[in-house]
Amino acid sequence: MRRHVLSSLIALVAVVSLASTLAAQAPVAAKPAPAAKAWTMPRTPDGKPDLQGVFSNATAIPVARPANLGAKEFYTDEADKQASAALASGGRGGRGGPARPAAAANPEGNGLAVHYDTSQFGLGGPTVKRAASMRTSIITGPEGRVPALTPEAAKRVADRRAFQQEHQWDSAQTRPLAERCITWGFEGPPMMPVGYNSTLEIVQGQGYVAIVQEMIHDTRIIPTDGRPHAPAEIKQWMGDSRGHWEGDTLVVETVNYNPQVAIQGTPVSDAAKVTERFTRIDPDTIQYQFTVDDPKTWVKPFSGEYNMVKIDGNVYEYACHEGNYGMANNLSGARATEKK
Amino acid sequence: MRIQSGKMQSRLAGWLIIAAAGASFCLLTVMPSPAQAPAYKAPKTKDGKPDLNGIWQAMNEANWDIRPHAASQGPVFSLGAAYSAPAGLGVVEGGEIPYKPEAAAKQKENYANRLKLDPEIKCYMGGVPRSTYMPYPFQIVQGTNTMMFVYEYAGAVRVINMAAPTKAPADSWMGWSNGHWEGDSLVVDVTSLNDQTWFDRAGDWHSDQLHVIERYTRVGPDALQYEATIDDPKVFTRQWKMSMPLYRRMEKNAQLLEYKCVEFAEEVLYGHLRKQPIQGKGDSK
Repeated sequence: MRRHVLSSLIALVAVVSLASTLAAQAPVAAKPAPAAKAWTMPRTPDGKPDLQGVFSNATAIPVARPANLGAKEFYTDEADKQASAALASGGRGGRGGPARPAAAANPEGNGLAVHYDTSQFGLGGPTVKRAASMRTSIITGPEGRVPALTPEAAKRVADRRAFQQEHQWDSAQTRPLAERCITWGFEGPPMMPVGYNSTLEIVQGQGYVAIVQEMIHDTRIIPTDGRPHAPAEIKQWMGDSRGHWEGDTLVVETVNYNPQVAIQGTPVSDAAKVTERFTRIDPDTIQYQFTVDDPKTWVKPFSGEYNMVKIDGNVYEYACHEGNYGMANNLSGARATEKK
Repeated sequence: MRIQSGKMQSRLAGWLIIAAAGASFCLLTVMPSPAQAPAYKAPKTKDGKPDLNGIWQAMNEANWDIRPHAASQGPVFSLGAAYSAPAGLGVVEGGEIPYKPEAAAKQKENYANRLKLDPEIKCYMGGVPRSTYMPYPFQIVQGTNTMMFVYEYAGAVRVINMAAPTKAPADSWMGWSNGHWEGDSLVVDVTSLNDQTWFDRAGDWHSDQLHVIERYTRVGPDALQYEATIDDPKVFTRQWKMSMPLYRRMEKNAQLLEYKCVEFAEEVLYGHLRKQPIQGKGDSK
């Protein structure tokens, strides 16, 4: 499936998740207006809320709030959304900040200066169903952005960046995790929209909730039987998750992250704890909320929220590593360049 | 104490004889032939299906060689006895894999070059049926309309569709799985498997015409019987079958842990492209 250089893909993911064109696309799944007939929570045979199905967590909501919106958490209506988004980025919409250059280079529709267009493959852009939202940012609260780093974390980030700059082409082990097909960087927890292939499937068995994310075939099996966490020596790429039900909400707490794991681009510490809340709010929608608490990394905890929408179809196999031509190509290219 | 326990033993023996007689009577009257459905009745999930939930693992030598085999020297001499092949009775019914002649020759070639060719060494997904009996646990999460099989090795995952059968859009490593219940057995029809996986470390192989029909049957509180019928007209002269028990991981805190093995395969796959070769070819001293 994967025949391209991953680094451009990663860039693309970053761009797509912010892409201005997204704001203009009509959301497919409008949240139903409160109907006369009350909706009943579907339940599994053992009486738990039924979260099962294939969902998309694609969204046009930026992670951080555009600066010009201040503490405004919600747009008042669609017109306000369009106008504010346009204002935020000089006519381009999206997250705010400087406009991205060379957007006209790709005539195929996404406005992205990249070598392919995900919407052609039904992977992103206007082909993807999204939950409607008037949120101005995924990160909630008056600030609407990831808080400042602690000095310790700032040093961690700087050290890693310096190492990367010097060694990024040395070996497979010094390439980015996504390019190595180890983690895509969005699996979380917290699970973040990927930009394309933002597809996941939830299956509930007795005492467990399992979530498979298509990118890059990462599965989390969350015990809900009240057992304690695995020993802290066992650090994992997706941490160690434990779930429980609070009313009709599945609450999942995750600790024991591998120290190479980054949340929102920042490597976390051994103190990182993420709490997720999954609540089915209508026949098509799961409300997903999360709080990231890592006092060694951020000066305060931060929370976010977006909705996942039920979609037709399947989660398909994403054999990332098995088809990783990019890694050998990148490294042999680097070796060839050194010889010049 | 001794006398007492002796008495108890003889009393127990008496009961046992009665119980055995009763049991054989039951067998004679209730079960027409011993080959039919096993006596064990699987516990049911709340929606009335046989309960296959759990973390399961094979306990055999099939991943070394699915056929009967004697112990043999492993492919890496420096690993000595720690990575050599233990003997195994085999899991292939009848012991023979009905290879076409040229396919049998390719298996021998695969075996000779296994250090270079075995997809397991490269951390490629194990495919079906090999993932079932690799030396790692897998977990069945039994949902309402789907079942998820999650394998610790390489984080491979299959979602078994239990609704009307669907067709795969393309071949894949773990294939396309449609399941249904036949009595107390879960039957999974697996198609659209690619030709990149093997059956074992001995180079036993298949083509992209592989069609696997799996049966999972509870045979005890902590055991499943696994059967896989293998069909691949490009490689074999006829269908053949493998079978083995799978055992529940009974540790109280058993859980599937991550074995994202990519990082352990990078040196073998990309080491030749390093800027600075690792001293001593990367092997620990």
